[in-house]
Amino acid sequence: MSDALTVPQIEFDCVAKRYGNGDAVLDAINLIVPKREFIGIIGPSGCGKSTILKLISGLTSPTSGTIRVEGMTPKNAREIISYVFQDATLLPWRTVRDNVGLSLEIEGVAKDKREKEIATQLELVGLKHVAEAYPRELSGGMKMRVSIARALTTNPQLLLMDEPFAALDEMSRDRLNEEILRLRAEQGWTAVFVTHSVTEAVFLSDRIVVLAPNPGRIHADFPVELPSPRTPAMRTAPEFDAIVARVSHALRETITQ
Amino acid sequence: MKQRLMTVVNALAVFAGLLVLWQLVLWVFKVPSFMLPSPLAVARAVVRRYPSLLNSLAITAEESAGGLIASTVIGVVIALIFAQSRWVRKMFYPYTLLLQTVPIIAIAPLILMWVGAGEPAVTLIAFIISLAPIIANTTQGLISVEENLVDLFLMQNATRGQVLFKLRLPSAVPSLFVGIRIASGIAVIGAITGELYAGSSRVGEGGLGYSILYASSQLQTDYLFALVLAATVLGFSFFFVVMFLEWYFLHRWHESARTVEAR
Repeated sequence: MSDALTVPQIEFDCVAKRYGNGDAVLDAINLIVPKREFIGIIGPSGCGKSTILKLISGLTSPTSGTIRVEGMTPKNAREIISYVFQDATLLPWRTVRDNVGLSLEIEGVAKDKREKEIATQLELVGLKHVAEAYPRELSGGMKMRVSIARALTTNPQLLLMDEPFAALDEMSRDRLNEEILRLRAEQGWTAVFVTHSVTEAVFLSDRIVVLAPNPGRIHADFPVELPSPRTPAMRTAPEFDAIVARVSHALRETITQ
Repeated sequence: MKQRLMTVVNALAVFAGLLVLWQLVLWVFKVPSFMLPSPLAVARAVVRRYPSLLNSLAITAEESAGGLIASTVIGVVIALIFAQSRWVRKMFYPYTLLLQTVPIIAIAPLILMWVGAGEPAVTLIAFIISLAPIIANTTQGLISVEENLVDLFLMQNATRGQVLFKLRLPSAVPSLFVGIRIASGIAVIGAITGELYAGSSRVGEGGLGYSILYASSQLQTDYLFALVLAATVLGFSFFFVVMFLEWYFLHRWHESARTVEAR
Protein backbone atom coordinates (compact mmCIF):
# COMPACT_ATOMS: atom_id res chain seq x y z
CA MET A 1 0.00 0.00 0.00
CA SER A 2 2.89 2.39 0.62
CA ASP A 3 3.66 1.98 -3.05
CA ALA A 4 0.16 3.15 -3.86
CA LEU A 5 0.84 6.40 -2.08
CA THR A 6 4.14 7.17 -3.75
CA VAL A 7 3.83 6.21 -7.44
CA PRO A 8 0.74 7.69 -9.09
CA GLN A 9 -1.08 5.55 -11.61
CA ILE A 10 -0.99 8.17 -14.33
CA GLU A 11 1.15 11.26 -14.64
CA PHE A 12 0.87 13.86 -17.44
CA ASP A 13 3.65 16.41 -17.40
CA CYS A 14 2.98 19.38 -19.64
CA VAL A 15 1.63 17.20 -22.44
CA ALA A 16 0.69 18.66 -25.83
CA LYS A 17 -0.60 16.81 -28.84
CA ARG A 18 -1.12 17.89 -32.42
CA TYR A 19 -1.77 15.71 -35.48
CA GLY A 20 0.50 16.62 -38.37
CA ASN A 21 0.76 20.39 -38.78
CA GLY A 22 -2.78 21.02 -37.55
CA ASP A 23 -3.88 22.95 -34.48
CA ALA A 24 -3.08 21.52 -31.06
CA VAL A 25 -5.64 18.96 -29.91
CA LEU A 26 -4.32 19.12 -26.37
CA ASP A 27 -2.12 21.75 -24.80
CA ALA A 28 -0.21 21.95 -21.51
CA ILE A 29 -1.99 19.08 -19.79
CA ASN A 30 -0.77 18.42 -16.27
CA LEU A 31 -2.64 15.65 -14.56
CA ILE A 32 -1.94 13.20 -11.78
CA VAL A 33 -4.26 10.27 -11.18
CA PRO A 34 -3.61 8.38 -7.94
CA LYS A 35 -4.08 4.64 -7.75
CA ARG A 36 -7.63 3.35 -7.34
CA GLU A 37 -9.16 6.66 -8.30
CA PHE A 38 -12.17 6.76 -10.64
CA ILE A 39 -11.70 9.85 -12.74
CA GLY A 40 -14.35 11.16 -15.11
CA ILE A 41 -13.32 13.29 -18.08
CA ILE A 42 -15.97 15.47 -19.61
CA GLY A 43 -15.96 18.26 -22.16
CA PRO A 44 -17.52 19.53 -25.36
CA SER A 45 -16.84 17.83 -28.69
CA GLY A 46 -13.34 18.32 -30.05
CA CYS A 47 -11.69 18.98 -26.70
CA GLY A 48 -9.44 15.91 -26.98
CA LYS A 49 -11.14 13.63 -24.44
CA SER A 50 -10.52 10.48 -26.47
CA THR A 51 -7.01 11.63 -27.31
CA ILE A 52 -6.16 11.56 -23.61
CA LEU A 53 -7.06 7.86 -23.49
CA LYS A 54 -5.08 7.18 -26.67
CA LEU A 55 -2.09 8.87 -25.07
CA ILE A 56 -2.38 6.91 -21.82
CA SER A 57 -2.54 3.66 -23.78
CA GLY A 58 0.31 4.60 -26.08
CA LEU A 59 -1.87 4.20 -29.19
CA THR A 60 -0.64 7.68 -30.04
CA SER A 61 2.39 9.61 -28.76
CA PRO A 62 2.49 13.13 -27.34
CA THR A 63 4.00 15.90 -29.46
CA SER A 64 5.70 17.25 -26.34
CA GLY A 65 5.76 16.54 -22.62
CA THR A 66 5.93 13.16 -20.90
CA ILE A 67 3.40 10.58 -19.81
CA ARG A 68 4.08 7.94 -17.18
CA VAL A 69 1.80 5.08 -16.32
CA GLU A 70 2.82 3.45 -13.07
CA GLY A 71 6.26 4.96 -13.66
CA MET A 72 6.55 3.34 -17.10
CA THR A 73 6.10 4.58 -20.66
CA PRO A 74 2.54 4.00 -21.90
CA LYS A 75 3.61 1.27 -24.33
CA ASN A 76 5.45 -0.64 -21.63
CA ALA A 77 2.48 -0.27 -19.33
CA ARG A 78 0.02 -1.89 -21.74
CA GLU A 79 0.09 -5.13 -19.81
CA ILE A 80 -1.69 -3.51 -16.87
CA ILE A 81 -4.09 -1.46 -19.00
CA SER A 82 -7.40 -2.49 -20.54
CA TYR A 83 -9.28 -0.35 -23.02
CA VAL A 84 -13.05 -0.29 -23.51
CA PHE A 85 -13.94 1.40 -26.77
CA GLN A 86 -16.96 3.49 -27.67
CA ASP A 87 -18.46 0.63 -29.66
CA ALA A 88 -18.21 -2.90 -28.33
CA THR A 89 -15.48 -3.87 -30.87
CA LEU A 90 -16.47 -7.53 -30.84
CA LEU A 91 -15.34 -9.91 -33.58
CA PRO A 92 -18.62 -10.94 -35.25
CA TRP A 93 -17.34 -14.40 -36.25
CA ARG A 94 -16.56 -15.34 -32.66
CA THR A 95 -19.06 -16.43 -30.04
CA VAL A 96 -19.41 -14.43 -26.83
CA ARG A 97 -17.13 -16.94 -25.10
CA ASP A 98 -14.39 -16.63 -27.72
CA ASN A 99 -14.70 -12.85 -27.79
CA VAL A 100 -14.20 -12.65 -24.04
CA GLY A 101 -11.16 -14.94 -24.39
CA LEU A 102 -9.59 -12.90 -27.19
CA SER A 103 -7.22 -10.78 -25.09
CA LEU A 104 -5.89 -13.80 -23.21
CA GLU A 105 -5.58 -15.73 -26.46
CA ILE A 106 -3.43 -12.97 -27.96
CA GLU A 107 -1.30 -12.98 -24.84
CA GLY A 108 -0.77 -16.71 -25.31
CA VAL A 109 -2.45 -17.88 -22.11
CA ALA A 110 -3.04 -21.66 -22.07
CA LYS A 111 -6.50 -22.85 -23.04
CA ASP A 112 -7.64 -24.37 -19.73
CA LYS A 113 -6.56 -21.30 -17.78
CA ARG A 114 -8.31 -19.13 -20.33
CA GLU A 115 -11.55 -21.10 -20.07
CA LYS A 116 -11.55 -20.65 -16.31
CA GLU A 117 -11.05 -16.89 -16.54
CA ILE A 118 -13.75 -16.58 -19.25
CA ALA A 119 -16.24 -18.47 -17.08
CA THR A 120 -15.48 -16.18 -14.12
CA GLN A 121 -15.94 -13.00 -16.13
CA LEU A 122 -19.11 -14.20 -17.87
CA GLU A 123 -20.56 -14.98 -14.47
CA LEU A 124 -19.57 -11.53 -13.18
CA VAL A 125 -21.29 -9.62 -15.98
CA GLY A 126 -24.26 -12.00 -16.04
CA LEU A 127 -23.78 -13.38 -19.54
CA LYS A 128 -23.27 -17.08 -18.84
CA HIS A 129 -26.52 -17.96 -20.60
CA VAL A 130 -25.41 -16.43 -23.92
CA ALA A 131 -21.83 -17.75 -23.95
CA GLU A 132 -22.36 -19.58 -27.25
CA ALA A 133 -24.29 -16.75 -28.97
CA TYR A 134 -22.84 -14.59 -31.72
CA PRO A 135 -22.59 -10.79 -31.26
CA ARG A 136 -25.30 -10.05 -33.82
CA GLU A 137 -27.80 -11.88 -31.59
CA LEU A 138 -27.14 -9.54 -28.63
CA SER A 139 -28.59 -6.18 -27.65
CA GLY A 140 -26.36 -3.11 -27.45
CA GLY A 141 -26.15 -3.35 -23.66
CA MET A 142 -25.17 -7.02 -23.76
CA LYS A 143 -22.48 -6.32 -26.36
CA MET A 144 -20.97 -3.69 -24.05
CA ARG A 145 -21.03 -6.22 -21.20
CA VAL A 146 -19.07 -8.66 -23.37
CA SER A 147 -16.60 -5.88 -24.14
CA ILE A 148 -16.19 -5.10 -20.44
CA ALA A 149 -15.82 -8.79 -19.57
CA ARG A 150 -13.06 -9.08 -22.18
CA ALA A 151 -11.31 -6.03 -20.74
CA LEU A 152 -11.37 -7.53 -17.25
CA THR A 153 -9.96 -10.96 -18.20
CA THR A 154 -6.41 -9.62 -18.20
CA ASN A 155 -6.81 -8.49 -14.60
CA PRO A 156 -6.01 -4.83 -15.36
CA GLN A 157 -4.86 -2.26 -12.83
CA LEU A 158 -6.06 0.54 -15.06
CA LEU A 159 -9.26 0.59 -17.09
CA LEU A 160 -9.70 3.18 -19.83
CA MET A 161 -13.28 3.70 -21.01
CA ASP A 162 -14.14 5.87 -23.99
CA GLU A 163 -17.85 6.77 -23.82
CA PRO A 164 -18.70 3.10 -23.53
CA PHE A 165 -22.42 3.62 -22.95
CA ALA A 166 -23.05 6.57 -25.28
CA ALA A 167 -25.09 4.48 -27.70
CA LEU A 168 -27.32 2.87 -25.06
CA ASP A 169 -30.75 3.86 -23.82
CA GLU A 170 -30.86 5.52 -20.40
CA MET A 171 -32.08 2.48 -18.49
CA SER A 172 -29.35 0.18 -19.80
CA ARG A 173 -26.84 2.93 -19.21
CA ASP A 174 -27.88 3.38 -15.57
CA ARG A 175 -27.75 -0.36 -14.95
CA LEU A 176 -24.31 -0.69 -16.52
CA ASN A 177 -23.08 2.28 -14.49
CA GLU A 178 -24.07 0.46 -11.32
CA GLU A 179 -22.38 -2.72 -12.55
CA ILE A 180 -19.18 -0.87 -13.35
CA LEU A 181 -19.05 0.47 -9.80
CA ARG A 182 -19.72 -2.99 -8.35
CA LEU A 183 -16.95 -4.58 -10.45
CA ARG A 184 -14.57 -1.82 -9.52
CA ALA A 185 -15.36 -2.21 -5.80
CA GLU A 186 -14.56 -5.94 -6.12
CA GLN A 187 -11.43 -5.59 -8.24
CA GLY A 188 -10.06 -2.19 -7.27
CA TRP A 189 -8.71 -0.95 -10.61
CA THR A 190 -8.06 2.68 -11.41
CA ALA A 191 -10.45 4.07 -14.02
CA VAL A 192 -10.39 6.87 -16.55
CA PHE A 193 -13.88 7.31 -17.90
CA VAL A 194 -14.63 9.65 -20.82
CA THR A 195 -18.25 10.71 -21.24
CA HIS A 196 -20.61 13.32 -22.62
CA SER A 197 -23.11 12.80 -19.85
CA VAL A 198 -22.81 14.95 -16.73
CA THR A 199 -25.01 12.71 -14.58
CA GLU A 200 -23.06 9.64 -15.60
CA ALA A 201 -19.77 11.35 -14.78
CA VAL A 202 -21.02 12.48 -11.37
CA PHE A 203 -22.52 9.11 -10.49
CA LEU A 204 -19.36 7.15 -11.34
CA SER A 205 -16.44 9.40 -10.52
CA ASP A 206 -14.39 10.25 -7.44
CA ARG A 207 -13.15 13.26 -9.35
CA ILE A 208 -14.18 15.07 -12.50
CA VAL A 209 -11.94 16.86 -14.94
CA VAL A 210 -13.66 19.32 -17.28
CA LEU A 211 -11.85 20.00 -20.53
CA ALA A 212 -12.15 23.13 -22.67
CA PRO A 213 -11.68 22.97 -26.46
CA ASN A 214 -9.40 24.72 -28.98
CA PRO A 215 -6.89 23.70 -27.83
CA GLY A 216 -7.96 20.99 -25.39
CA ARG A 217 -6.92 21.98 -21.88
CA ILE A 218 -8.02 21.40 -18.31
CA HIS A 219 -10.68 23.93 -17.36
CA ALA A 220 -11.77 22.60 -13.98
CA ASP A 221 -10.81 19.70 -11.75
CA PHE A 222 -12.83 18.93 -8.66
CA PRO A 223 -13.65 16.02 -6.37
CA VAL A 224 -17.10 14.46 -6.28
CA GLU A 225 -17.98 14.46 -2.62
CA LEU A 226 -20.59 11.76 -2.53
CA PRO A 227 -20.48 8.78 -0.17
CA SER A 228 -19.21 5.41 -1.37
CA PRO A 229 -20.57 2.99 -2.36
CA ARG A 230 -22.91 4.89 -4.64
CA THR A 231 -26.49 3.68 -4.76
CA PRO A 232 -29.14 4.28 -7.44
CA ALA A 233 -31.12 6.33 -4.90
CA MET A 234 -28.31 8.87 -4.83
CA ARG A 235 -29.22 9.99 -8.32
CA THR A 236 -32.18 11.90 -6.89
CA ALA A 237 -30.41 13.29 -3.80
CA PRO A 238 -29.96 17.09 -3.49
CA GLU A 239 -26.14 16.74 -3.04
CA PHE A 240 -26.04 14.88 -6.37
CA ASP A 241 -27.99 17.64 -8.10
CA ALA A 242 -25.66 20.25 -6.60
CA ILE A 243 -22.60 18.58 -8.10
CA VAL A 244 -24.35 18.07 -11.45
CA ALA A 245 -25.17 21.81 -11.45
CA ARG A 246 -21.55 22.64 -10.71
CA VAL A 247 -20.21 20.44 -13.52
CA SER A 248 -22.83 21.73 -15.97
CA HIS A 249 -21.87 25.29 -15.08
CA ALA A 250 -18.17 24.55 -15.68
CA LEU A 251 -19.07 22.94 -19.01
CA ARG A 252 -21.04 26.02 -20.10
CA GLU A 253 -18.06 28.22 -19.26
CA THR A 254 -15.84 26.21 -21.62
CA ILE A 255 -18.18 27.01 -24.50
CA THR A 256 -18.98 30.68 -23.78
CA GLN A 257 -15.41 31.65 -22.96
CA MET B 1 -41.44 -23.25 -47.87
CA LYS B 2 -44.74 -22.87 -49.74
CA GLN B 3 -43.45 -19.67 -51.31
CA ARG B 4 -40.33 -21.43 -52.47
CA LEU B 5 -42.41 -24.18 -54.06
CA MET B 6 -44.46 -21.59 -55.92
CA THR B 7 -41.29 -20.00 -57.26
CA VAL B 8 -40.17 -23.37 -58.63
CA VAL B 9 -43.59 -24.08 -60.16
CA ASN B 10 -43.66 -20.66 -61.82
CA ALA B 11 -40.19 -21.11 -63.26
CA LEU B 12 -41.14 -24.53 -64.65
CA ALA B 13 -44.31 -23.11 -66.19
CA VAL B 14 -42.29 -20.43 -68.00
CA PHE B 15 -39.90 -23.14 -69.22
CA ALA B 16 -42.75 -25.30 -70.54
CA GLY B 17 -44.28 -22.28 -72.26
CA LEU B 18 -40.98 -21.51 -74.00
CA LEU B 19 -40.73 -25.11 -75.24
CA VAL B 20 -44.24 -24.96 -76.68
CA LEU B 21 -43.47 -21.63 -78.37
CA TRP B 22 -40.25 -23.08 -79.77
CA GLN B 23 -42.10 -26.08 -81.29
CA LEU B 24 -44.86 -23.81 -82.69
CA VAL B 25 -42.30 -21.57 -84.42
CA LEU B 26 -40.80 -24.64 -86.08
CA TRP B 27 -44.21 -25.84 -87.34
CA VAL B 28 -45.47 -22.47 -88.54
CA PHE B 29 -42.31 -21.25 -90.29
CA LYS B 30 -41.04 -24.69 -91.36
CA VAL B 31 -37.47 -24.07 -90.16
CA PRO B 32 -35.02 -26.74 -91.35
CA SER B 33 -33.71 -28.87 -88.47
CA PHE B 34 -30.03 -28.06 -89.08
CA MET B 35 -30.86 -24.40 -88.40
CA LEU B 36 -33.05 -24.98 -85.36
CA PRO B 37 -33.79 -28.49 -84.11
CA SER B 38 -37.01 -29.22 -82.26
CA PRO B 39 -36.94 -29.53 -78.46
CA LEU B 40 -37.70 -33.21 -78.92
CA ALA B 41 -34.71 -33.65 -81.23
CA VAL B 42 -32.49 -32.00 -78.63
CA ALA B 43 -33.85 -34.32 -75.96
CA ARG B 44 -33.19 -37.29 -78.24
CA ALA B 45 -29.63 -36.07 -78.82
CA VAL B 46 -29.13 -35.86 -75.07
CA VAL B 47 -30.32 -39.44 -74.58
CA ARG B 48 -28.51 -40.90 -77.59
CA ARG B 49 -25.15 -39.26 -76.93
CA TYR B 50 -25.41 -39.30 -73.18
CA PRO B 51 -21.94 -40.82 -72.51
CA SER B 52 -19.99 -38.38 -74.68
CA LEU B 53 -22.05 -35.43 -73.43
CA LEU B 54 -21.35 -36.39 -69.84
CA ASN B 55 -17.70 -36.88 -70.69
CA SER B 56 -17.44 -33.36 -72.18
CA LEU B 57 -19.27 -31.93 -69.18
CA ALA B 58 -16.91 -33.69 -66.78
CA ILE B 59 -13.83 -32.42 -68.62
CA THR B 60 -15.04 -28.80 -68.60
CA ALA B 61 -16.17 -29.07 -64.97
CA GLU B 62 -12.76 -30.35 -63.99
CA GLU B 63 -10.95 -27.56 -65.85
CA SER B 64 -13.17 -24.80 -64.47
CA ALA B 65 -13.01 -26.16 -60.93
CA GLY B 66 -9.24 -26.58 -61.17
CA GLY B 67 -8.87 -23.02 -62.44
CA LEU B 68 -11.20 -21.61 -59.78
CA ILE B 69 -9.55 -23.44 -56.88
CA ALA B 70 -6.11 -22.37 -58.08
CA SER B 71 -7.19 -18.74 -58.46
CA THR B 72 -8.79 -18.79 -55.00
CA VAL B 73 -5.70 -20.17 -53.27
CA ILE B 74 -3.19 -18.05 -55.17
CA GLY B 75 -5.48 -15.00 -55.12
CA VAL B 76 -5.75 -15.15 -51.32
CA VAL B 77 -1.97 -15.54 -50.96
CA ILE B 78 -1.41 -12.51 -53.22
CA ALA B 79 -4.03 -10.51 -51.29
CA LEU B 80 -2.30 -11.39 -48.00
CA ILE B 81 0.94 -9.99 -49.44
CA PHE B 82 -0.87 -6.90 -50.75
CA ALA B 83 -2.37 -6.29 -47.31
CA GLN B 84 1.09 -5.95 -45.78
CA SER B 85 1.82 -2.47 -47.02
CA ARG B 86 0.40 0.37 -49.05
CA TRP B 87 3.70 0.50 -50.86
CA VAL B 88 3.46 -3.09 -52.14
CA ARG B 89 -0.15 -2.46 -53.17
CA LYS B 90 0.67 0.67 -55.13
CA MET B 91 3.45 -1.14 -56.93
CA PHE B 92 1.65 -4.32 -57.93
CA TYR B 93 -2.07 -3.52 -57.93
CA PRO B 94 -2.09 -2.07 -61.49
CA TYR B 95 -0.96 -5.46 -62.77
CA THR B 96 -4.05 -7.17 -61.40
CA LEU B 97 -6.06 -4.71 -63.48
CA LEU B 98 -4.01 -5.84 -66.45
CA LEU B 99 -5.06 -9.39 -65.62
CA GLN B 100 -8.66 -8.35 -65.69
CA THR B 101 -8.48 -6.43 -68.95
CA VAL B 102 -6.33 -8.79 -71.03
CA PRO B 103 -8.64 -10.34 -73.65
CA ILE B 104 -8.56 -14.08 -73.06
CA ILE B 105 -9.17 -14.69 -76.77
CA ALA B 106 -5.89 -12.92 -77.46
CA ILE B 107 -3.75 -14.88 -75.03
CA ALA B 108 -5.30 -18.29 -75.64
CA PRO B 109 -3.17 -18.97 -78.74
CA LEU B 110 -0.07 -18.00 -76.76
CA ILE B 111 -0.89 -20.42 -73.96
CA LEU B 112 -1.60 -23.08 -76.55
CA MET B 113 1.88 -22.44 -77.89
CA TRP B 114 3.52 -22.61 -74.48
CA VAL B 115 1.63 -25.42 -72.80
CA GLY B 116 0.25 -27.37 -75.74
CA ALA B 117 -3.38 -28.24 -76.36
CA GLY B 118 -5.37 -30.08 -73.74
CA GLU B 119 -6.79 -29.80 -70.26
CA PRO B 120 -3.76 -28.17 -68.56
CA ALA B 121 -3.86 -25.28 -71.05
CA VAL B 122 -7.60 -24.76 -70.51
CA THR B 123 -7.24 -24.96 -66.74
CA LEU B 124 -4.52 -22.32 -66.95
CA ILE B 125 -6.82 -20.05 -68.98
CA ALA B 126 -9.66 -20.50 -66.46
CA PHE B 127 -7.19 -19.69 -63.69
CA ILE B 128 -5.82 -16.52 -65.32
CA ILE B 129 -9.24 -15.14 -66.16
CA SER B 130 -10.73 -15.73 -62.69
CA LEU B 131 -7.77 -14.49 -60.61
CA ALA B 132 -8.36 -10.72 -60.65
CA PRO B 133 -11.74 -10.57 -58.85
CA ILE B 134 -10.39 -12.78 -56.05
CA ILE B 135 -7.33 -10.59 -55.51
CA ALA B 136 -9.32 -7.34 -55.70
CA ASN B 137 -12.11 -8.34 -53.33
CA THR B 138 -9.94 -10.13 -50.78
CA THR B 139 -7.43 -7.27 -50.62
CA GLN B 140 -10.26 -4.81 -50.08
CA GLY B 141 -11.61 -6.99 -47.26
CA LEU B 142 -8.20 -7.35 -45.62
CA ILE B 143 -7.41 -3.65 -45.53
CA SER B 144 -10.83 -2.28 -44.58
CA VAL B 145 -10.85 -3.35 -40.95
CA GLU B 146 -12.28 -1.04 -38.30
CA GLU B 147 -9.52 1.02 -36.68
CA ASN B 148 -10.76 0.37 -33.15
CA LEU B 149 -10.40 -3.38 -33.71
CA VAL B 150 -6.80 -2.92 -34.78
CA ASP B 151 -6.23 -0.76 -31.68
CA LEU B 152 -7.77 -3.51 -29.56
CA PHE B 153 -5.18 -5.95 -30.88
CA LEU B 154 -2.36 -3.41 -30.44
CA MET B 155 -3.37 -2.93 -26.80
CA GLN B 156 -2.61 -6.62 -26.25
CA ASN B 157 0.75 -6.16 -27.99
CA ALA B 158 -0.45 -8.51 -30.74
CA THR B 159 2.08 -9.59 -33.36
CA ARG B 160 1.64 -8.77 -37.06
CA GLY B 161 0.73 -12.39 -37.68
CA GLN B 162 -1.97 -12.33 -35.01
CA VAL B 163 -3.52 -9.18 -36.48
CA LEU B 164 -3.44 -10.78 -39.94
CA PHE B 165 -4.82 -14.21 -39.08
CA LYS B 166 -7.07 -13.50 -36.11
CA LEU B 167 -8.47 -10.17 -37.35
CA ARG B 168 -7.91 -9.28 -41.00
CA LEU B 169 -8.35 -12.67 -42.65
CA PRO B 170 -11.58 -13.69 -40.89
CA SER B 171 -13.12 -10.27 -41.49
CA ALA B 172 -12.20 -10.55 -45.19
CA VAL B 173 -14.04 -13.87 -45.68
CA PRO B 174 -17.33 -12.22 -46.80
CA SER B 175 -15.41 -10.16 -49.39
CA LEU B 176 -13.49 -13.26 -50.45
CA PHE B 177 -16.81 -14.97 -51.21
CA VAL B 178 -17.98 -12.02 -53.27
CA GLY B 179 -14.78 -12.54 -55.26
CA ILE B 180 -15.29 -16.30 -55.60
CA ARG B 181 -18.88 -15.80 -56.74
CA ILE B 182 -17.76 -13.50 -59.56
CA ALA B 183 -14.78 -15.73 -60.35
CA SER B 184 -16.88 -18.92 -60.53
CA GLY B 185 -18.93 -17.57 -63.44
CA ILE B 186 -15.84 -16.29 -65.23
CA ALA B 187 -13.94 -19.56 -64.70
CA VAL B 188 -16.62 -21.59 -66.52
CA ILE B 189 -16.81 -19.08 -69.38
CA GLY B 190 -13.00 -19.01 -69.49
CA ALA B 191 -12.77 -22.80 -69.67
CA ILE B 192 -15.32 -23.04 -72.49
CA THR B 193 -13.69 -20.20 -74.42
CA GLY B 194 -10.30 -21.76 -73.82
CA GLU B 195 -11.55 -25.05 -75.21
CA LEU B 196 -12.50 -23.37 -78.46
CA TYR B 197 -8.76 -22.84 -78.97
CA ALA B 198 -6.94 -25.36 -76.88
CA GLY B 199 -9.70 -27.82 -76.13
CA SER B 200 -8.38 -31.22 -77.02
CA SER B 201 -5.26 -33.11 -77.88
CA ARG B 202 -7.41 -35.90 -79.37
CA VAL B 203 -9.75 -35.40 -82.35
CA GLY B 204 -13.45 -35.73 -81.50
CA GLU B 205 -12.96 -35.86 -77.75
CA GLY B 206 -12.86 -32.82 -75.49
CA GLY B 207 -14.76 -30.48 -73.19
CA LEU B 208 -17.96 -28.61 -73.95
CA GLY B 209 -16.31 -25.77 -75.85
CA TYR B 210 -14.36 -28.13 -78.06
CA SER B 211 -17.43 -30.32 -78.69
CA ILE B 212 -19.58 -27.29 -79.53
CA LEU B 213 -17.07 -26.31 -82.18
CA TYR B 214 -16.91 -29.89 -83.47
CA ALA B 215 -20.71 -30.35 -83.51
CA SER B 216 -21.22 -27.10 -85.42
CA SER B 217 -18.66 -28.10 -88.03
CA GLN B 218 -20.56 -31.38 -88.53
CA LEU B 219 -23.95 -29.54 -88.61
CA GLN B 220 -25.10 -31.66 -85.64
CA THR B 221 -27.29 -28.79 -84.45
CA ASP B 222 -29.38 -30.92 -82.09
CA TYR B 223 -26.26 -32.09 -80.25
CA LEU B 224 -24.90 -28.54 -80.25
CA PHE B 225 -28.03 -27.44 -78.40
CA ALA B 226 -27.58 -30.28 -75.95
CA LEU B 227 -24.02 -29.09 -75.32
CA VAL B 228 -25.12 -25.50 -74.76
CA LEU B 229 -27.70 -26.80 -72.31
CA ALA B 230 -24.98 -28.73 -70.47
CA ALA B 231 -22.79 -25.60 -70.33
CA THR B 232 -25.67 -23.68 -68.76
CA VAL B 233 -26.24 -26.41 -66.21
CA LEU B 234 -22.53 -26.32 -65.37
CA GLY B 235 -22.55 -22.55 -64.84
CA PHE B 236 -25.58 -22.84 -62.59
CA SER B 237 -24.07 -25.67 -60.54
CA PHE B 238 -20.93 -23.67 -59.91
CA PHE B 239 -22.99 -20.72 -58.77
CA PHE B 240 -25.03 -22.86 -56.38
CA VAL B 241 -22.03 -24.68 -54.94
CA VAL B 242 -20.37 -21.33 -54.18
CA MET B 243 -23.62 -19.96 -52.70
CA PHE B 244 -23.88 -23.02 -50.48
CA LEU B 245 -20.28 -22.73 -49.30
CA GLU B 246 -20.82 -19.04 -48.58
CA TRP B 247 -23.93 -19.81 -46.57
CA TYR B 248 -22.16 -22.64 -44.76
CA PHE B 249 -19.24 -20.52 -43.64
CA LEU B 250 -21.04 -17.26 -42.93
CA HIS B 251 -24.63 -17.90 -41.84
CA ARG B 252 -23.82 -18.11 -38.14
CA TRP B 253 -22.36 -14.64 -37.89
CA HIS B 254 -22.70 -12.58 -41.05
CA GLU B 255 -25.73 -10.49 -41.93
CA SER B 256 -25.57 -11.02 -45.70
CA ALA B 257 -25.63 -14.80 -45.36
CA ARG B 258 -28.58 -14.63 -43.01
CA THR B 259 -30.72 -12.63 -45.43
CA VAL B 260 -29.97 -15.16 -48.17
CA GLU B 261 -31.17 -17.87 -45.82
CA ALA B 262 -34.30 -15.98 -44.86
CA ARG B 263 -35.48 -15.26 -48.37
